[in-house]
Amino acid sequence: MDAKDILGLPKNSITQEKKSRPQKDSQRKPDGISREVYALTGGFPPLIPAIEASQLKKRPPSDEKITWQWLPFTNSARKDNLHLYHWVRIVNGVPPTGDYSFAKYNKMWTKEETDQLFELCQSFDLRFIVIADRFPSSRTVEELKDRYYSVARAMLAARAPSPGDISGHPLVKEPYNVSQETERKRALSMVLSQTKQQERKDAEVLAEAKRITESRMVARGAEESELPVPSNAGPESAERAAIPSDTVSPSANVQHPSAAVAPSTITVDNASILASLRMLRVYLRTYALDQMVQAASSSAGLRTIKRVEQTLQELGVNLKPRVPTKAVCAEHLELRREILTLLNLQKQLQYKEAEGSSYRDGSYGDTPGTPKHLSHGGDQDRIFVPDMNFAGERIGKRDQKRKAPGRLSEAPLPAHKRPRKLKAADL
Amino acid sequence: MSLTTSSRKQGENQPDDGASAAKPPRIKIGKSSEESDKKGAHRRVKDVEICVPIVYGTIAFYLGRKASESQSHKWTVYVRGATNEDLGVVIKRVVFQLHPSFNNPTRVVESPPFELSECGWGEFEIGISLFFHNDICDKQLDLFHHLKLYPEDESGPQTTKKPVVVESYNEIVYPDPSENFLARVQNHPAVIVPRMPAGFNLPYPVSIESVNEREKGDTKDHPLSQWFMNFSEADELLKLAAARQQVQAHIVKLRRQLSVMDGPPPLLKQPTGYDYT
Repeated sequence: MDAKDILGLPKNSITQEKKSRPQKDSQRKPDGISREVYALTGGFPPLIPAIEASQLKKRPPSDEKITWQWLPFTNSARKDNLHLYHWVRIVNGVPPTGDYSFAKYNKMWTKEETDQLFELCQSFDLRFIVIADRFPSSRTVEELKDRYYSVARAMLAARAPSPGDISGHPLVKEPYNVSQETERKRALSMVLSQTKQQERKDAEVLAEAKRITESRMVARGAEESELPVPSNAGPESAERAAIPSDTVSPSANVQHPSAAVAPSTITVDNASILASLRMLRVYLRTYALDQMVQAASSSAGLRTIKRVEQTLQELGVNLKPRVPTKAVCAEHLELRREILTLLNLQKQLQYKEAEGSSYRDGSYGDTPGTPKHLSHGGDQDRIFVPDMNFAGERIGKRDQKRKAPGRLSEAPLPAHKRPRKLKAADL
Repeated sequence: MSLTTSSRKQGENQPDDGASAAKPPRIKIGKSSEESDKKGAHRRVKDVEICVPIVYGTIAFYLGRKASESQSHKWTVYVRGATNEDLGVVIKRVVFQLHPSFNNPTRVVESPPFELSECGWGEFEIGISLFFHNDICDKQLDLFHHLKLYPEDESGPQTTKKPVVVESYNEIVYPDPSENFLARVQNHPAVIVPRMPAGFNLPYPVSIESVNEREKGDTKDHPLSQWFMNFSEADELLKLAAARQQVQAHIVKLRRQLSVMDGPPPLLKQPTGYDYT
């Protein structure tokens, strides 16, 4: 209001707007449906009304008496004599005539149609694709074939002196199977229209399946040997691990992580992988390492695995050793395991701190420093910042911020006694 | 350098002798074997792992003035011993699978040095299949290597003097070698064999058919040896050890922190006043 004054605009325009708007709103609101539903359809009236709103309300003609009766009916499309009941709309006491309305969807072959079919078959030499094109009523190629072959078979059977005579005839021995044919053609067209990517995916899945079945066979061999591996954990891990050496391709190809295995201890997994490796006549060191790494991270989620790799990078270690000798691979594996332990401990610590801080916040009010732990976020993800003396700085920071539990029973320290935050000047 | 290439179809990797390596029983250490080498072929040595360190890769030279549109580089793909020793002691032949645009893309190399040279313009993945001698195993080992022709550093024109070298180190491991195999290779420089327990007797080493007639197959004096990369496990071991130390120290700290949080309140030296009655 004052703004308008300052700008020097006339004051009346506001009230005019307010008045015109409610009118516009009610104009927009549609009849018969709520505003929200109307908005779903686009919020604007359709160009051409599909159904007149007036029509929806006044439908039943006044001169007709409509009643509904529960009557039996039969279906000409059915072979059995099933009698069912349904509600029937009676107009002025006269029930409707005619067959069950859905019977017409049962594809019936009239003699006329069949004769036409046979004529076309004769003139076009059983070329069904051409016949289907020329057929007066729309029938699929499979339907035409089915009709032709079943009629031909019936005729053959009727004309044959005995059933045994025709049992060798292809019409009888291999009858045309409509559903199978339809399905086959549908599958073919799907395969034909597959994109390259789908093809590749299918090939991958098949290769994976092949690998799994092969490894299952090796695992069965591993079971039969005298290795002391617990039965439920062993075969499953061996399944995952043992891949025959003739499909070994360590460096370039992508590892396919297999589905989750029943939980088992790390040592058991390791033992079974060693066992399955020994079953191979020859393998590459990198392959063995990959198997062991997979086993070690089998209990970890994808995010944890990524964090392990991130940590390795921060430590300046190659994710795949450049010189994978036996010793290097062993060290690498141990390092990975230790990092996993480290991450688990970190998580535990986080949880404990979260618990502790919520407890403390609830009962003791002012507790300096604790909430900041939880919002560290990115900081906490980086454990080893390159070139940083983390032993001094980061952990020191944590220690100073966090309070010992003993403090809970005491009043919060006055400011000058609280551990002071690390300042740049301290470094 | 000697190059032997032939376009034999892959798949002719059936063992020459009829002896298939059926699953043999484990032998006991200390059993002296004066049996014929046939038994030695079947008897396998438990807990002895034979290791053959190899390096495989490509070296590609830009042809410079002699380069044409379709042949801009000359490259060699090879498998060599990591210390440049003769791999013929374990490898019978190597099959290099090239891009289908090459004539006879399946190239078989029957004797060391296991290498193949070609000219071309394109980078692609080369399949390298290693086939071992009959007394070792009849399964092949497959490797893949991406042929790199163009240097990382794209600045400036390509030089014909310095090739683009990409090598990968790996080790072939035979977890349960046959006695014959072990006897044959235990003193060979290309093969790493762990110390045998005392009293272990192996059959007299039997040499394979073509070994004696072969020319030297090591790559120590190979024309391209000046470009071979060095793979020293020492560097990596050091780095790994340092990393492990860091992680272990961190773990110790965290464990301490956790125990402080979990455990009873720490001992406070302050007298509470209630202890003294």
